[in-house]
Amino acid sequence: MMSEARLMQGNEACVEAALAAGLKFFAGYPITPSTEIAEMLAERLPARGGTFIQMEDEISSMAAVIGASLAGVKAMTATSGPGFSLKQENIGFASMAEVPCVVVNVQRGGPSTGLPTSPAQGDLMQSRWGTHGDHPVVVMAPGSVAEVFTVTIQAFNVAEVLRVPVILLMDEVVGHMREKVLLPEASSLTVLDRRGPVEGEEYRPFDYRDGERPLDLPMTKPPLEVDFSGDGLRDVPPLAPFGRGYRFHVTGLVHDARGLPTGDPTLTDRLVRRLIGKVENRRDRLALYVTEAVDDAEVLVVAFGSVGRSALSAVRLARERGIRAGLFRPITVWPFPDQVIRKLTQGARTVIVPEMNMGQMVREVERALAGTTAAVQGYSRVDGELITPTEILAEIEEVA
Amino acid sequence: MSGLVEEYFRQDQLPTIWCPGCGHGIVLAALVRAMDQVRVPRDRTVVVSGIGCSSRASGYLDFDTLHTTHGRAIAFATGVKLANPELTVIVITGDGDVAAIGGNHLIHAARRNIDLTVVCFDNNIYGMTSGQYSPITPQGDLASTAPYGNIDRPFDLCGLVREAGATYVARATTFHHNLLTEYIARGLRKKGFAFIDALSQCPTYYGRRNRRGSAAEMMRWFRDNAVTVRKAERMEPAELEGKIVIGEIYNGEAREYTELCGDIIRRAQGGEGR
Repeated sequence: MMSEARLMQGNEACVEAALAAGLKFFAGYPITPSTEIAEMLAERLPARGGTFIQMEDEISSMAAVIGASLAGVKAMTATSGPGFSLKQENIGFASMAEVPCVVVNVQRGGPSTGLPTSPAQGDLMQSRWGTHGDHPVVVMAPGSVAEVFTVTIQAFNVAEVLRVPVILLMDEVVGHMREKVLLPEASSLTVLDRRGPVEGEEYRPFDYRDGERPLDLPMTKPPLEVDFSGDGLRDVPPLAPFGRGYRFHVTGLVHDARGLPTGDPTLTDRLVRRLIGKVENRRDRLALYVTEAVDDAEVLVVAFGSVGRSALSAVRLARERGIRAGLFRPITVWPFPDQVIRKLTQGARTVIVPEMNMGQMVREVERALAGTTAAVQGYSRVDGELITPTEILAEIEEVA
Repeated sequence: MSGLVEEYFRQDQLPTIWCPGCGHGIVLAALVRAMDQVRVPRDRTVVVSGIGCSSRASGYLDFDTLHTTHGRAIAFATGVKLANPELTVIVITGDGDVAAIGGNHLIHAARRNIDLTVVCFDNNIYGMTSGQYSPITPQGDLASTAPYGNIDRPFDLCGLVREAGATYVARATTFHHNLLTEYIARGLRKKGFAFIDALSQCPTYYGRRNRRGSAAEMMRWFRDNAVTVRKAERMEPAELEGKIVIGEIYNGEAREYTELCGDIIRRAQGGEGR
């Protein structure tokens, strides 16, 4: 059920969705091109009884978000390139301590200060591996303003249900572009909350039932919502808010079922494997994506974010010229949708991966397609300009 | 401490990891006594700590406890407090944690006057990593990373926090245990940013290298070299060289940050504002 058509920016759609998802706390620090999110929330959050704070730096913004989440509210921060680098240690803390939170990274040109107002997709690997150590993280990359709305809600749902940080990986084009969006009625949205402790049972904030993997559901059609139905979530412990008498410990150290530090190798192994498993064992369930003309595609284009838009135009132009081209646009980029991409490329001779970086997603595609006959080739642009449909079309025509 | 250990500590987490003679147990005892005196609400109190010897203390206490990343305890605590201003939020930190890597959060939380009680277990050394100089290590002293003597000038942490805008600032030592307890209690009662600099001895990594003797001797040094704030006011800077100033450095009033946030919410919801 749709209502209220509005022209808005991606950053604005992110704000609308976060509020619709029940955001109650935002901490941030000014940085281009994500600042609009902070500015809009400074105005909108208090009216919803929520709290906005501009912290002294990026690190403390991430810290405050984790603190607020542990106090029981949905919490988010938004940043870009350099700020995303600064947040990494505390993102790792959220992974380790299983604190739900959403981190928006509106990518800009890098490295370092780079091109602050130009689009890039160079943070794909950082969004997965930015913090040290093996850790779980879910990363979603919307490709249009309307999709920013949908995917932001999904980011909150996954963060809350799996107790993980979720990165909303936008790029400057998606963040700043204005498009018409039909904001859905609040009542039509599926908004999920974290599970709390069961009354009367001993609360073990980091305990789980052993030996059972979650049921992973391969999706039959391109999904735009993460569906947790049928998932027992046995590997995700309930999370109580601070201040309710559970008196539990939260630490970034390796910890036992009660959250208290331990150096025991068996417990350490169990913890790290469970943390990773929470996400990896749900690869298919978490895979949000969009496809176009993939069924008989001989040339498959794999592109995410704003490049996915150019790729869509290129595929349509190629079809007009009689080339069997198709598009796979992953929205969930981490965990990388290996199985989905393998299935979609069964008939493809060539897979082209255009991206605004020096070849980060193309390696994942190669890895996912290892052992198949599809030839994978990348196409990079790192000059701060969006890859155009014409460029991608030329790549398609070359291999067709 | 009879009764208090059973009442406020996670029994199975004891004994602590601290070395024999470490002053941190004394500081933690003062904190727990103060919490008991003030009767902090047992289930509505969150203890947040950073990284270092001091910060392991949160795990020993039977409250909601949050052991965060290095230097960031005050920033995590700010989020906890803002998300639920009804909670009593206490921060346990050390001089390396709060004055070096976390210095920015310290001054900005003080500037906001957010209602946190910060107790700095200040032994002027990095103990957990075995004796590197901190921003509080006196000039000329030895540390594992200052084998020729420390050339850095130390911070006056209380002066820093006072100037930044905190509404309660005090300093005491492990020797002045009752005073320390009293100051922490006053900090807990203060509606605003309270900072208590608790000077503690590290006989293992600071005392030994600097020939300060046993833990008892280090505590006697606190006794013999402590000067009250009032007395210090009448002393020349040269006379204060090598002394430590203890007492209530500041006890004032200013609007508290979560109250101001509450005002904003009321204005925004009432349609006023901007």
